[in-house]
Amino acid sequence: MDVLDVARWQFGITTVYHFLMVPLTIGLGILVVVMHTMWVRTDKPEWLRMTRFWGRIYLINFVLGVATGLVQEFQFGLAWSEYSRFVGDVFGSLLALEALLAFFLESTFLGLWIFGWGRIPKKVHLAALWAAVIGSIVSAYFIIAANSWMQHPVGVEVDDATGRPLQVDFLAVLTNNTALAAFSHAIVAALMVAGALLVGIGLWHLRKRKLAGRSPEDVDHSVWRRSVRLGGYVSLAAFLLTAVTGDWQGKLMYEQQPLKMSSAEALCETEAPASFSIFAFGKFGSNECDDVHSITVPYILSYLAHGDFSTAVPGVNELQEEYAAVYGETYPDDPSFGAKAGEPIDYTPLLAVTYWNFRLMIGMGALSAGVAAYALWSTRKGRVPTSRIGVYGALLAVAAPFVANASGWIFTEMGRQPFVVYPNPDVPVEDQVYFFTAQAVSPGISAAEVWTSLITLTLVYGALAVVELWLIGRFVRRGVTTGDGAPVPGHTPEGGPDDDVPGGSDGRRADDDVLSFAY
Amino acid sequence: MDLATLWFAAVAVLWTGFLLLEGFDFGVAALLPVLGRRPADRHLMLRSIGPLWDGNEVWLITAAGAVFAAFPGWYATWLPALYLPFVLVLFGLIIRAVAFEWRHSHHTEAWDATWTRIITAGSLIAALGVGAALGATTLGLPIDADGNRVGGAFAGLSWAALLGAAAVLGFSLVHGALFLALKVDGDVRLRARAFALRWSPVAALPLLGWAGWVHLRYGTPVTGVLWLIAALAGVVAWARIKVDAEGSAFAAWAVLLVASAATIFGAAYPVVVPSTIDAAFDVTVTDASVSDYTLTVMTWAAAVGLPVVLGYQAWTYWVFRKRLTAEPVHEQPAEAARA
Ligand code: HDD
Ligand code: HEM
Ligand code: HEM
Repeated sequence: MDVLDVARWQFGITTVYHFLMVPLTIGLGILVVVMHTMWVRTDKPEWLRMTRFWGRIYLINFVLGVATGLVQEFQFGLAWSEYSRFVGDVFGSLLALEALLAFFLESTFLGLWIFGWGRIPKKVHLAALWAAVIGSIVSAYFIIAANSWMQHPVGVEVDDATGRPLQVDFLAVLTNNTALAAFSHAIVAALMVAGALLVGIGLWHLRKRKLAGRSPEDVDHSVWRRSVRLGGYVSLAAFLLTAVTGDWQGKLMYEQQPLKMSSAEALCETEAPASFSIFAFGKFGSNECDDVHSITVPYILSYLAHGDFSTAVPGVNELQEEYAAVYGETYPDDPSFGAKAGEPIDYTPLLAVTYWNFRLMIGMGALSAGVAAYALWSTRKGRVPTSRIGVYGALLAVAAPFVANASGWIFTEMGRQPFVVYPNPDVPVEDQVYFFTAQAVSPGISAAEVWTSLITLTLVYGALAVVELWLIGRFVRRGVTTGDGAPVPGHTPEGGPDDDVPGGSDGRRADDDVLSFAY
Repeated sequence: MDLATLWFAAVAVLWTGFLLLEGFDFGVAALLPVLGRRPADRHLMLRSIGPLWDGNEVWLITAAGAVFAAFPGWYATWLPALYLPFVLVLFGLIIRAVAFEWRHSHHTEAWDATWTRIITAGSLIAALGVGAALGATTLGLPIDADGNRVGGAFAGLSWAALLGAAAVLGFSLVHGALFLALKVDGDVRLRARAFALRWSPVAALPLLGWAGWVHLRYGTPVTGVLWLIAALAGVVAWARIKVDAEGSAFAAWAVLLVASAATIFGAAYPVVVPSTIDAAFDVTVTDASVSDYTLTVMTWAAAVGLPVVLGYQAWTYWVFRKRLTAEPVHEQPAEAARA
């Protein structure tokens, strides 16, 4: 593999990994701040316990988001320096603004929240968490605006001297319709992740308590019950909203990146009305559209693309020819294209990847929504499900929205190949800004260097995943503990059946209690 | 002053702010095995930086982000030229961040000790690596006319890199010790003071040496004066710690850093990445900067955003201003929570 391939793998692996933490941070942050607000308003102990239990998971996850986010910030320069030079006038400022306006807010106020229990006035303490959560959402907005600019560059002109984009309208970049759609989609998708977690873990604890014959009257019972109900409703609502926002994205995609859409459908020839593919088979490997066949539902694709049942949706074969006519049959024979110089350009993204990731995204989301519906139904009117399949299934299904999120991104990002900055079709061709992925990689570095970092990061990330899952698993199994229930951490525990915290060896327990929430 | 120069100054402020703030948490972490004799001491030391390190680290993210935003040519030359050292820094920062969180998530002595060691190791790696990257850059990287590194993976490493690494580490160790002297009580405070007194004269040398070298190479009379201020601040810091004046020692030590950084950035201007191959290949502020339009947008954003950030960060420091003792935390008055 040459530098380009290794760098792409590295970017894909590290970004997808970062995006495992991100939706949980965003989604769970929103839910925890709601729980905390409910506690401050109602003073009910179950809301406090929920805040502290889910807050702890939020924190364990958050720190891994920070650790992997650091890599993201530097990656563009390390492995993609030509890209950074090319997009510099637009892209860097969004990253810098994200740091200035969002990351400071998140990290400073989260520190205050963690260490502020019992030290600052209750309402100020709550406000600190609100600030941190708003920080995460603002952060998501800026980074998605940056990403959407690559998908659909707006607000720029071509600089005649350098051929690079010059920013002329910052507001246009911030209000890019691609960004508005992607941001709303990503936020509701993040809520699905948090909802599924509440449902899965909550059901498991409810069942365990019931089998152990514990009273449904005590506080911990309501902690888990409320978690399941809240998570269930959030999941269902969020799934509906992913469909609404996803539909918006689909319509934009039809205008802005038609090849991504027809590849996602393995639609070879232009069709009017166009059918939606349910299942495709054939030789995806060749990336020749005609080798792929599918089972389809008529009209639906026309609706997804344009909101009616008759619009023509252009096929892959036709689009490939159109793009080749405009942007060239082959890469220019220029060293800046590396090993790709002079090679033919395939404008069709990998069909198997776009096709299946699109379906995986929707399918896993639907699965998760189904589990949420089951959870709500099975806990109706105070019931507790004891079905092994139902409860363990819900626990397993916590993974589903994570998978949906990752496949959504893989679809979006790989679907824009071979461009790293996709030409905006609303602009006349001669004024368009676009950049091929093949040109984007750092010219000065060697494949050995990128291999070294790829292997190091993958190993470290793998090890972190193992410890993280082990810690979360242990914490979850332990359930709500006294420390998590005491209004002021470290103060007289209220006691309760779930109090099976292992005692510290040297009397550090009380102290650790605060610090198990903090550090 | 044109906008590109203003942003050069802003970038200089951000890097200095990063070293000044993260410097003490790097230092405290690196001193864990030295000053933290008992588990309780180490616990106390970690508590002193617990609420602050993440906010401090965002200064690094913002500094790097500002380099990208204002000077993509600098960002795109600098990072790949020092590819492996930067990856190493990231590695250090990653293991350190998770260790802060995970250390207390499980209760066995071995677990505790392991993650404490990882915090120390990660902080050492990051401090040395950032120092090396800055040192190598101020005194030249082997870059060609397009700003790409020539030579192998380690071509960017030089004596200047070693000096920079030693400078940042030395500064951080004493800075961390002085921070502890200010922030905690008991044995650790005494040991931290003794450490600072003993090591500050040595620790200041690489930093002054680096700043002096950059000054001699490119400097002006103004940077000469700045260097003298730095050197003087180092002496004052030592003299203050000798009379146990912790606050003013900490402040003087901070001046040492700020004046040294001002010397370095001031002398280097307008070159952001000097080339060791040919001075004609130097990347300058003008070559590297974005358009005036983009700089204007960012100037407005920073003019509104930065004071707010400084305001609330200062406020957190104030909230956590109380001197910490090795007493268990649950001695905190409960009233505060119900206020
Ligand atoms: C949809 C949202 C989203 C997306 C697409 C990304 N991130 Fe992210 N990032 C977040 C949402 C987020 C967050 C929710 O704000 C995080 C997760 C956990 C956290 O600490 O904040 C975060 C953390 C985080 C941090 C650490 C912040 C800190 O120390 O507090 C950095 C430097 C980045 N990210 C940078 C990036 C870059 C350069 C990305 C592009 C490839 C990226 N992130 C994708
Ligand atoms: C601001 C946000 C983002 C930016 C600027 C961005 C930018 C990039 C760049 C520069 C590449 C390398 C070029 C390429 O191979 O296509 C890339 C690839 C990739 N990105 Fe993103 N990305 C962003 C967010 C994400 C997220 C959140 C994910 C998923 C979690 C993601 C998934 C991927 C994948 C899977 C690839 C590999 C594509 C391939 O190899 O073909 N990206 N992205
Ligand atoms: C229910 C029907 C859904 C539809 C019609 C839909 C549609 C889309 C489309 C068209 C894109 C690509 C946007 C582009 O490349 O321009 C996309 C991306 C994405 N999807 Fe979905 N989606 C659905 C459900 C979900 C679910 C359930 C999740 C996760 C829980 C999810 C998470 C994502 C993510 C993270 C991305 C990439 C980031 C973004 O562009 O927002 N989607 N979706």
